[in-house]
Amino acid sequence: MNILNQWGPIGLFMVFAIVLPAAPILVAAIFAPRKPNDIKLQTYECGVETVGDTWVQFKVQYYIYAIVFLVFDVEMIFLLPWAIAFNELSFFAFGAGFLFIFLLTDALVYAWRKQALEWH
Amino acid sequence: MVVQYLAFVIFSAFAIIGAAMVVWSRNLVHSALFLVMSLFGVAGLFILLSAPFLAAIQVLVYIGAIAILIIFAVMLTRSMTAIREPFNAQSWLGAVIGAVLFVALVAGMILPVWGWGSLPTLPQSDVVGTTRDIGIALVSADGYVLPFEVASLLLTAAMVGAIVIARED
Amino acid sequence: MASFLTTLLVVAIVATTPLVLAIPLIWIERKVAARIQDRLGPNRVGPWGIIQPIADAIKLIGKEDITPAGTDKVVYNLAPIVAVASVVLMWACIPFAPNLIGVDLEIGVLYIVSVASLGTMAIMMAGWSGNNKYALLGAFRVVAQLVSYEVPLVLSLLIPVLLAGSMGMQDIVTAQQGMWFIFMAPVAALIFFISAQAETGRAPFDLLEAESELVAGFNIEYSGMKFGLFFAGEFVHVLTNGVLIAHLFVGGWWGLGVSAEGGILSNVLGLIYLVIKTTIFYFISLWLRNTLPRVRIDQLMNFNWKFLVPISVANLVITSLLLKISQVAGFAVDLTTNASFTAALPMTLLLLGGNIALILGVIAIYGFNIRRDRVQEEAQAEAIAHAPSH
Repeated sequence: MNILNQWGPIGLFMVFAIVLPAAPILVAAIFAPRKPNDIKLQTYECGVETVGDTWVQFKVQYYIYAIVFLVFDVEMIFLLPWAIAFNELSFFAFGAGFLFIFLLTDALVYAWRKQALEWH
Repeated sequence: MVVQYLAFVIFSAFAIIGAAMVVWSRNLVHSALFLVMSLFGVAGLFILLSAPFLAAIQVLVYIGAIAILIIFAVMLTRSMTAIREPFNAQSWLGAVIGAVLFVALVAGMILPVWGWGSLPTLPQSDVVGTTRDIGIALVSADGYVLPFEVASLLLTAAMVGAIVIARED
Repeated sequence: MASFLTTLLVVAIVATTPLVLAIPLIWIERKVAARIQDRLGPNRVGPWGIIQPIADAIKLIGKEDITPAGTDKVVYNLAPIVAVASVVLMWACIPFAPNLIGVDLEIGVLYIVSVASLGTMAIMMAGWSGNNKYALLGAFRVVAQLVSYEVPLVLSLLIPVLLAGSMGMQDIVTAQQGMWFIFMAPVAALIFFISAQAETGRAPFDLLEAESELVAGFNIEYSGMKFGLFFAGEFVHVLTNGVLIAHLFVGGWWGLGVSAEGGILSNVLGLIYLVIKTTIFYFISLWLRNTLPRVRIDQLMNFNWKFLVPISVANLVITSLLLKISQVAGFAVDLTTNASFTAALPMTLLLLGGNIALILGVIAIYGFNIRRDRVQEEAQAEAIAHAPSH
């Protein structure tokens, strides 16, 4: 089967990719000393005791970057088959791809002008 | 064939168990990580259906972008040790309706194709589309060029919407 | 059964290679960094300090593994494994010689990018599971950086795919028989190199794991071998980027005496050429790391979204337009069939001209903007200097 020829080894690769890094960790777990005490187990905060619940301030910028990345990611996966079939495309098909890119550039320009891409 | 059945079982298990744990897990970040596991299972199922392009896209977009977006949203909007106890007086009614719906959907999918008695087989097709075929189909005039362009409009709308909602004014 | 065993052997060798290569890489890093900084580097442990990485590995194994209280044990242990696994999985698809490749996937390039995006997930897991708000903050910033720079990376990756007409790695390398892609698309090569440098968190973009900032970022709570794994994963990732650039733009295993069919001589020569090209790019990466100052996070993001992304989109548009024109005008060459240097030359010159026009355009636009800003600043400074000072 064609899939098995190509993707079977990838499955084996995944097994190896998980086992190989796990091996040094297991070796270290066997050989390393283990002397836990209270101070070592505390969360690191530059040597000061932690106060209160651990929470992070909501910063909307992270979310905007992730959304813009998502939009561009989907754009790229649409453009990949277009790029592969490029040699056999007529001008119309080629223009369709252009229109696609243009619309998304439009979105980028909007984000730029609305200062959504600034890091505050 | 045995290997394919085994792979099918493993990937389906990933997908189903992952999806179940998304709903059952008490910790929201754990739910997000179980979602990643479920999406991995779906990617594996795509590979078994001879659609490696879709499998790679599944990993790239769903796990690499959408799951990260979800994890951002989860981590940024609550404290890290929040555990929520579900309290819902009608949970038994919801369970009954859910079970009935599930049985109806599964029966509606399986019975028309395989009938009552036969053993389901993995779909095999001789015509395997390559990425080049997808590319040509996406932009050819008698293909999917209109959904292609509408998709770009949809993406633009999504981005504009997100920016409008997230802006401080 | 026999074919399964050979596959298993091949997979084992290709999967262990990156991790084995990590060991001399540590030595090369430290020596090169030291020499650039005008000092000697490790030279006590063995001749020229060659055994230093092994000593480091033994030390890291022997360190106590301090797992702070309140961490999520499963995710905490899984994160370094996923980080290294994503890098190892990339090597499945990389051709080392005309006949030496792990698996020649039809979607090679897309597979590599998808697997690289798993590394981002690993960092998120690492940052969150440490139960430490600084680790989480560091992880958010790293993920924001990685995710942002993936856009110009894949956009500039589209250019070799466009030129070769396929996503398979062997196809892309074979298509460079006549002319390397770096001559047809230098802007894309440059953008890919910069984005790859930023993707691995290397200087000048190493704000997030810099030892003097945010106390090593998302891996604050990791000690011992797990920390070592993150480190090794990063080094191997940089090497993988070097190999990728060598394949995508500089011809991979092409060189004098290598033929596409294979044979012992071709394979050995191909491997040697690949090693030389990868070393050059790896050295350039190290060179940048040790000479350039670090950029701030807002400079980082602005550089990406306002400079790299528009340029890569413009590059894609120009390259595809010129490619289509050359196809319609008739002097395009189907690069996947064996194209010679002279046959590919007119197309190369046209694309090169397009790239140069793009570079000049970019310099003109940005130069104009910068000049206008400077004029404004000077006018403001003058206004302040001439302010009423009675």
